[in-house]
Amino acid sequence: MEKLSLFLGCIVPNRYPGIEKATKLCLQKLDIDISDLPGASCCPAPGVFKSFDKATWLALASRNIVLSEKRGRDLLTVCNGCYGSLADANLELKKDPELKACTNSCLKEIGMEFKGTAEVRHIIEFLYKEIGPKKLKEYITTQLDLKVALHYGCHLIKPSRDRNLGETEAPVFFDELVEATGSKSVDYTDKMMCCGAGGGVRSGHATESLEMLEHKLACIRQAGVDCIVNACPFCHLQFDRGQIAVNEKFGTDYSIPVLHYSQLLGLALGFSPYELGIEQNAVQNIEFLAKIYELSAGLR
Amino acid sequence: MSEELPKVLKAAGLDLLSCMQCGTCTGSCPSGRHTGLNTRRILRDARKNRVEILSDDALWLCTTCYTCQERCPRNIPITDALLELRRLAVKEGFMLPEHRKISEMVMECGHAVPLDEETKQKREELGLDPIPETVQKYPEALQEIRNLLKACKFDELTAEK
Repeated sequence: MEKLSLFLGCIVPNRYPGIEKATKLCLQKLDIDISDLPGASCCPAPGVFKSFDKATWLALASRNIVLSEKRGRDLLTVCNGCYGSLADANLELKKDPELKACTNSCLKEIGMEFKGTAEVRHIIEFLYKEIGPKKLKEYITTQLDLKVALHYGCHLIKPSRDRNLGETEAPVFFDELVEATGSKSVDYTDKMMCCGAGGGVRSGHATESLEMLEHKLACIRQAGVDCIVNACPFCHLQFDRGQIAVNEKFGTDYSIPVLHYSQLLGLALGFSPYELGIEQNAVQNIEFLAKIYELSAGLR
Repeated sequence: MSEELPKVLKAAGLDLLSCMQCGTCTGSCPSGRHTGLNTRRILRDARKNRVEILSDDALWLCTTCYTCQERCPRNIPITDALLELRRLAVKEGFMLPEHRKISEMVMECGHAVPLDEETKQKREELGLDPIPETVQKYPEALQEIRNLLKACKFDELTAEK
């Protein structure tokens, strides 16, 4: 198996450290060789930087990739946004020698060179391809029996031209990983719809962003689930903190717990909700917390 | 805009001429359901070299979800084109104040979302180092980011015009 370095990005270490902890615990348990990536920066955020200036976007992204190249490791991200930036930049630089030369002339200013020797992986496609749902089941010690509204997020699977993860209207690979934990992935209206945060919309147009989120939350509530599961801390932040903002703005009373897949998997691998930082979310659903504590203690 | 929009887009590998204005993009748009974003119209206006679209706020209502691009029956990379239009808009000095702030944040601390006291405490509760292993912990790494942004003239691009 390839050696990996964990690319944290911004939101995981600086807002949802539970996802960082959960990811480290899970990968350790699965015997995956992973190390930190000291000095890594913002990926940079695709919604803004890629929208501003391509040269800058490539320069910052390639610096992060070079940090991992130097360690002889592939990058592993737990964020769709970071995946979008790093994987896209890596691909463009590898296939376009002119762009690579141009980016390297910037990197020369800080004594670095992009070689193109590392791959960028997302934890979901990594787990699916390198371990697979069937083998993953062998590691599970706690059958979760949760009803899950799965949110793939956009940049994990799109643009499909560059992702090679199959079709984008009704993919199943992530659902299979969810169900490997003993949970049930419940279908719901507009499951593949965006959470409304990306592209700089959450920061630039907060109201419109929350309107999109509210639609998504209404569909999820109708499906009657225990929690939302995502694979992106920015979607996670939108669903979790955004849910509080939606309630304030629209007078609703949503209280749907939100887990990153690393946290869901962590529960199934026998870690406690506390260790996985699940209680640190903005949404505090006592009923759900009681349920996962019972599951985790083997009382269910 | 000294050059014409369709030419600039074409040079970036984005030919909008094959668009037949079917509206699949607009019909598929999760933002367009709730906002004034009309992707089909942006494509038409870009093709007609209506440069006023660069100052249109609608450009910044796209979440870059790529649904339009995936569904386009003519396989036009629509989201890529929209991102190209945004870059042209920024070159012309159009940038939302919130987005300028995020740019400044990255120049200042290497992150779009920097560490705060509340999260430091949460990290400690989890047994993690309160300062993560990122650019925030290594001043020399932060200097690299600043030098790199300067080499790209990013500070000039995002300065208020």
